Amino acid sequence: MAKVLVVTSGKGGVGKTTSTAALGAALAQMGQRVVVIDFDVGLRNLDLVLGAERRVVFDLINVVQGVAKLQQALIRDKRLENLWLLPASQTRDKDALTEEGISRIIAELRTRFDWILCDSPAGIERGAMLAMRFADAAVIVTNPEVSSVRDSDRIIGMLDSKTVKAERGEMVEKHILITRYDPGRASRGEMLSIDDILEILATPLLGIIPESQDVLKASNVGSPVTLHNADSPPARAYTDAVGRLLGDSIEMTVPTERKGFMSRLLGRKAA
Amino acid sequence: MNFLKLINGRKATAPIARERLQILLAHERGLRGQSDLLELLRSEILAAVQRHVDIDTDKIVIRMERGPQVSTLEVDIEVPNGAHKSLAAVG
Repeated sequence: MAKVLVVTSGKGGVGKTTSTAALGAALAQMGQRVVVIDFDVGLRNLDLVLGAERRVVFDLINVVQGVAKLQQALIRDKRLENLWLLPASQTRDKDALTEEGISRIIAELRTRFDWILCDSPAGIERGAMLAMRFADAAVIVTNPEVSSVRDSDRIIGMLDSKTVKAERGEMVEKHILITRYDPGRASRGEMLSIDDILEILATPLLGIIPESQDVLKASNVGSPVTLHNADSPPARAYTDAVGRLLGDSIEMTVPTERKGFMSRLLGRKAA
Repeated sequence: MNFLKLINGRKATAPIARERLQILLAHERGLRGQSDLLELLRSEILAAVQRHVDIDTDKIVIRMERGPQVSTLEVDIEVPNGAHKSLAAVG
């Protein structure tokens, strides 16, 4: 049965779009049929991170308004045949997104895909509300930083009250994904630890994505990090997170750079 | 912690972040109507104390620990001698 997963955070810049692309690609790499939807009307970026920016013709609002058919707006990834993108509109008014329209689109996508990943815009306004509205599960992207943790708590409160599932008296399945984590700084007491964040948010952990240059390198070339450099620490962390989403029990670790003999000999780089 | 300070030459800031967040979020969850026992106790204890004593908010230290089995609330209030409101009113 199809699962609708919202990738959300409240705060901007914590890695929602990067995580949506990486989780979506990793799911597709495991044979799941995946569609990723960009809900950030006016500030779309999922197309860019996925390297599909020049292939956008129709968008989410065109489909909501009946200007285009869903089939015309969906863009198939060139590398992963199981991965599809439904881009946001870059020009139209975000008020054009309606709950009825999104409901109809998600119902149709449920018949065609195993996973529907909704990339939420930052904030708690209409776009963010609609991105989570029909979710079965949520990934709350959190940085080890006070403002991000506070906003995650707010979003958790909304997932528990403003979603269709919550209104039916059911629970949206919630997962914390910690991004930009620096184990060195955490161990020196300069950064909130994983335990601190989980205790404060009282929500289970899906994965820990280490701070890494590989994330920027992947987005530079328009490739999800799990595809661009599958052996890099963030790619392995995202792949593990997806394994857990699929129900595998995978030990929770923070992947580190696999070092060759010479770099071991010369000592480690600053974390 | 002292050892950490020694090798670091500065204070670890993460514990401060953690404490600030715990107090703030307990308060904000209360505002959203998600009642939280620890926050309820904290606010009622402070209200009870404030009825009798003028407290300097800088002199109050609050710590919350949440665990799977047990949670703790620690309220540390420095009460200066002669701060009793009704006595002050009489005097």
